[in-house]
Amino acid sequence: MNLILEIALRLLVWLLLPPLLPGLINKVKAWVAGRRGPPVFQLYYDLARLWKKGVVLSNLVSPGFVVGPAVAWVALLGAALLMPLGPAKAALSFQGDVLLVIYLLALARFCTAWAALETGSAFEGMGAAREVSYAVLAEAAIIAGVLSLSVQTGTTSLATMLEPSAGAGAVLLAAGLFIVLLAENCRVPFDDPNTHLELTMIHEAMVLDHSGPPLAVILHGASIKLMFFSVLLTEAVLPVGSLAALAGGVLIVVLGVGLVESLLARLAFRRVPLLLTTAFILCLFALLMAWKGGTA
Amino acid sequence: MNERLNLLIGLAMGLNLLALGSSRLPTVISVLSAQGMVLGLMPLLMEHIDWRVAAVAAATVAGKGFVIPHMLRRAMRAAQIDREIEPVIGYVPSLLLGAGGTIAAVALARMLPLLPEHTGSLLVPGALASVLTGFVLLIGRVKAISQVCGYLILENGVYLFGLLLIHATTMLVEAGILLDVTVGVFVIGIIVDRIQRAFDSLDTRKLTALRE
Repeated sequence: MNLILEIALRLLVWLLLPPLLPGLINKVKAWVAGRRGPPVFQLYYDLARLWKKGVVLSNLVSPGFVVGPAVAWVALLGAALLMPLGPAKAALSFQGDVLLVIYLLALARFCTAWAALETGSAFEGMGAAREVSYAVLAEAAIIAGVLSLSVQTGTTSLATMLEPSAGAGAVLLAAGLFIVLLAENCRVPFDDPNTHLELTMIHEAMVLDHSGPPLAVILHGASIKLMFFSVLLTEAVLPVGSLAALAGGVLIVVLGVGLVESLLARLAFRRVPLLLTTAFILCLFALLMAWKGGTA
Repeated sequence: MNERLNLLIGLAMGLNLLALGSSRLPTVISVLSAQGMVLGLMPLLMEHIDWRVAAVAAATVAGKGFVIPHMLRRAMRAAQIDREIEPVIGYVPSLLLGAGGTIAAVALARMLPLLPEHTGSLLVPGALASVLTGFVLLIGRVKAISQVCGYLILENGVYLFGLLLIHATTMLVEAGILLDVTVGVFVIGIIVDRIQRAFDSLDTRKLTALRE
């Protein structure tokens, strides 16, 4: 009974908190630009509005068009439930759950890309192709990063793996995982969430034809993913002792994303692999340092 | 002492990768300058400081950190190029080669029968990695100035090897090498200018055909 209550509580946290992060990023961006910016709760309003709307379905699509976003959302939520929240451990934890998390993220991406291909629109196919081709490189980086944490602590369970700080390679790992966070969540050097030009979109191009509740689910899933990666980055680098420290770390990550987004332009497409390779190499060297025990 | 030295060598290895991954010549030259300064500081950490060590360190920092980069920047300005457009080995492959080389260097140094005082240090892997980086830049770039940068990074690797013998040779050899390298870069600056005038480009692939 207690366990069910606890899981429900965590589910509530993961459902309610994530849409705050994009709002905070937008606030930071507005602050840097000297504007007032949209309210912090804008994404909540958007989600509520989308949820009330109807769905427009092309007569070409199979049920996969609606199932894809739903499965992706559930997969992301599942990954989030496996993520420990500082001193309050994860809802579920077992040896090897980190592999499950990586596969759940991959499943979410697959389902989004699948739903995007359903409509047969050229833009969505293009967006899906870009998303998965960047994901190949980003996944190599995240696997190297997770492996370095795993070697460092000698376990494959996220809860014990993220408990201590990352040791000597912490700076490398932080830089690598931050680049991965930007790439996975389609933030600025990789993709501009504010763009209105289909040719330059990545993630946005995949969801052009979605409307109503499916779009709300996609947007909410994206914010869960953002929070997931922020928590991962914070806990991987710092020994988080309390929930307040965790929240502070996530806020710093959000501030960093906002600043990067304000101060950098997006990269040309052909330069993106270079940056992702850099992230991979940063994580690889963190792995090397964990493996060779600090001195080398 | 060893910890701080390792930190500096790690920094130099990171700068190697930065040089491999960047397409802009000013960035590569700045990387070279920073690496030269880092290398120049190392003798101060390794030996107790008397005036000779301090003088050689100061000369290295000045030479590798300021004089050589300054000459390269002048050559770059004279030749009016600031970018390597199409390298023979692309940036992602050369970055991966450099990273693989660095890891291989670390692994190899573990297997070498080193003196006990050198086992914990990154000197040997750092030297091997810098030499490899220099080779990749020499082979993979087509502009003469990038190749000079590759040669200088290779020389930095040799300098790191030389630091292993610091107790035996008291920096005399390093001082000589530094002088040679400075003169070499000076000459190369003139050659770059000549290539630019004769061929209207610094692409060394155009230098392969011999013609009267």
